[in-house]
Amino acid sequence: MRISIYQYWQAKPFPGKLKAVCSRNFTCFPRVYWFLKIVGLRYAMNIKCRALLAVAFIILAAIRLQAQPAAGKIDIITANDTIRSLAPFFIPATSLKKGPDSEGFIQRWLLLEPINKSIRSNLVFTDNYLKTQFEINYFPNQFTIVPKDGEKVNVGEQELLWHALESPGFNVKLFRFAYGLKKQTYAVLFWTVTIVNSPREIKNVRLAVGSNGGSVWWLNGNEAVVLDGDRRMVMDDCISTRLTLNKGKNIIRGALINGPGLSDFCVRLLDERGEPIKDITISVK
Amino acid sequence: MKLKVLSTIALFLLWLTGNAIAQVGKPFIHDPSTIVESDGKYFTFGTFGGGLISEDGWTWNSGAVRPGGGAAPDVLKIGGRYLIAYGATGGGLAGGHNGKILTMWNKSLDPQSPDFKYSEAVVVASSDGIEDNDAIDPGLLLDPTDGRLWLSYGTYFGYIRLVELDPKTGERVKGNKALNIAIDCEATDLIFRDGWYYLLGTHGTCCDGPNSTYNIVVGRSRKVTGTYLDNMGRSMLKGGGKMVLAAGDRLIGPGHFGRIKVADGVEKMSCHYEADLDQSGRSVLGIRPLLWKNGWPVAGDNFKDGIYEIESERRGYALELGVDFTRMPGGMRFNRNNDEPVKPMPSQELADVVKSWPAGDISVRVGDYVFRPHQKWAISQVPGAGGYLGGPYYKIVIAGTERALAATATSELITVPTFTGAPEQLWRIDQLTDGTYRIMPKVIPNSREQLALVSAGDSTPTLARFDINSDNSKWNFRVH
Repeated sequence: MRISIYQYWQAKPFPGKLKAVCSRNFTCFPRVYWFLKIVGLRYAMNIKCRALLAVAFIILAAIRLQAQPAAGKIDIITANDTIRSLAPFFIPATSLKKGPDSEGFIQRWLLLEPINKSIRSNLVFTDNYLKTQFEINYFPNQFTIVPKDGEKVNVGEQELLWHALESPGFNVKLFRFAYGLKKQTYAVLFWTVTIVNSPREIKNVRLAVGSNGGSVWWLNGNEAVVLDGDRRMVMDDCISTRLTLNKGKNIIRGALINGPGLSDFCVRLLDERGEPIKDITISVK
Repeated sequence: MKLKVLSTIALFLLWLTGNAIAQVGKPFIHDPSTIVESDGKYFTFGTFGGGLISEDGWTWNSGAVRPGGGAAPDVLKIGGRYLIAYGATGGGLAGGHNGKILTMWNKSLDPQSPDFKYSEAVVVASSDGIEDNDAIDPGLLLDPTDGRLWLSYGTYFGYIRLVELDPKTGERVKGNKALNIAIDCEATDLIFRDGWYYLLGTHGTCCDGPNSTYNIVVGRSRKVTGTYLDNMGRSMLKGGGKMVLAAGDRLIGPGHFGRIKVADGVEKMSCHYEADLDQSGRSVLGIRPLLWKNGWPVAGDNFKDGIYEIESERRGYALELGVDFTRMPGGMRFNRNNDEPVKPMPSQELADVVKSWPAGDISVRVGDYVFRPHQKWAISQVPGAGGYLGGPYYKIVIAGTERALAATATSELITVPTFTGAPEQLWRIDQLTDGTYRIMPKVIPNSREQLALVSAGDSTPTLARFDINSDNSKWNFRVH
């Protein structure tokens, strides 16, 4: 089981918070609440009993503390963590010739710092929700731009930078990208772009994507893959229909939205036999 | 007055620690540990401490005791002791992902036992809140090939990790380094079968009642350390996983797999469902048959009331009453007039034949199935009759009648005119690992033997010792 700090912060005030917590724990909290209610009613008019009620509270508090540490408090390690870095999750992208990895995963990307959103649950990522979110005009030319490393865009009150990066692994860990830059990590929207250089035209290509959480991907300006729902990143989770990879430059663009959770994605291109395409190069210019 | 208030507090504490009312079949729990037997009873523990006890595996009561609070424990019997592992924090419970896995021992899980005493818990794994791991949701495996003890743990916050413990102390093996074995799952468990190690994990959304999307997936490896691959060859380190159990039967969000070996060829899995739509969408315990198909674990289905052919795996003949075969209208095909119009004809119905049946006890045999009334069995749960691990006792009667299948004191079969609820008329039905079924009477009159319905010959049933390696012991329930 997992309860994120975000979910905990978002829980409604008492007793709603108790109810929220109790939704994943059938044991004590509703009983605490109703006990307080019953005992409180019975002894509220009797001042002498207040001391005894206090004893009950202490017992309750002890049980409560045993059952669950204090809520809404960042743990000490995270609070004291001042050494946040993109390493070892990313290295700066270079202009060196680079293909996909041995399984065809694309590791070189332009990533825009996260756009802050307000998302309480990842279950909201329906097709319509994603369409609505990604149709919003966040910054100029968001569906055509191939930005430069360090280029700034303004989204509402946020000033955000594009970063040209390479992931050493098969997936791009957006949570670590945001965390390393001391940005908001949960309830965020990321934009990403990369350029695929193909030595020839390749027909019947499929864009294969896994993402945590919902995302939409475009190849050369055309929507290719939509990943709706509260997803974990699974390689080859959603696959496009048959597409054509142009000779020369092709632009893959993605937008990914997530609430609580470790945002990341993995992308590769598959040929008509379902094998990864590896005789391509990846650049960000 | 003091006494009154103290009594109130005492009552409250009792109330707090659990519901005194027995729950049948699907008791409330979240993140249950693998069900284990201790002192002739079944135990499972849940998040935040406490747990459930059952005498028979079907009716459950609160009262199991697990100190330490925290979340999602697991239990493993090693020798004459029980090793309990649990996550003290983590999973966001402390507001972050700095978690700790602890282990502790007990000689008995029964609080009534004089041996019931937990050892001091020791930390065996942890996460610092920053790294790609959350030390919560432990799963234990004692490797039957070499006696080494392993523990997997972790959630969606990064990797699922594997560490080695000392089976004598329950402590982490000195110098052991945690290995990453999966991503994007939680509530993992490791099992071993036929040379394969299986890593079961839970995918999907937790803790959101009927909107949860939890489901249980699996990958396997020849080595306990991985790489664990799914049926498509995808590594669980890249999100791979083959489905074991998803939602169904008004139960949503299965998670927290645990395997229970009941007998040779009889395995069960424990889990919880995030929401039981028949019980206000609350989180409940699930126990189902565990099947193995082509080397992969698959959740079987709990038996459903209905009208069935009971087919022998031996020859494919069907269990039937020992009554005279009654011909249906229509003659031999050689005498047919081909000019007759073609039209449907009715099946033989109970009313067509029941009057020809004897009124008293009738014998039972096995014969060619031709969907006649003497071959159709209505099988239904018997409320209040108790049960066994994961199932209730059933009555098996000829459809449309109260004529009930019963065990005799001579370990044979008979049908009695009326179902009375006598224990020899109650039947236990377990789906076997190959998908067929074992059928056992609750008791053999005047005997303590545990026998099963067995084909003594193609056409002759009896009660005898169950043998997983013989098709004589296996049956199928078919719906026509």
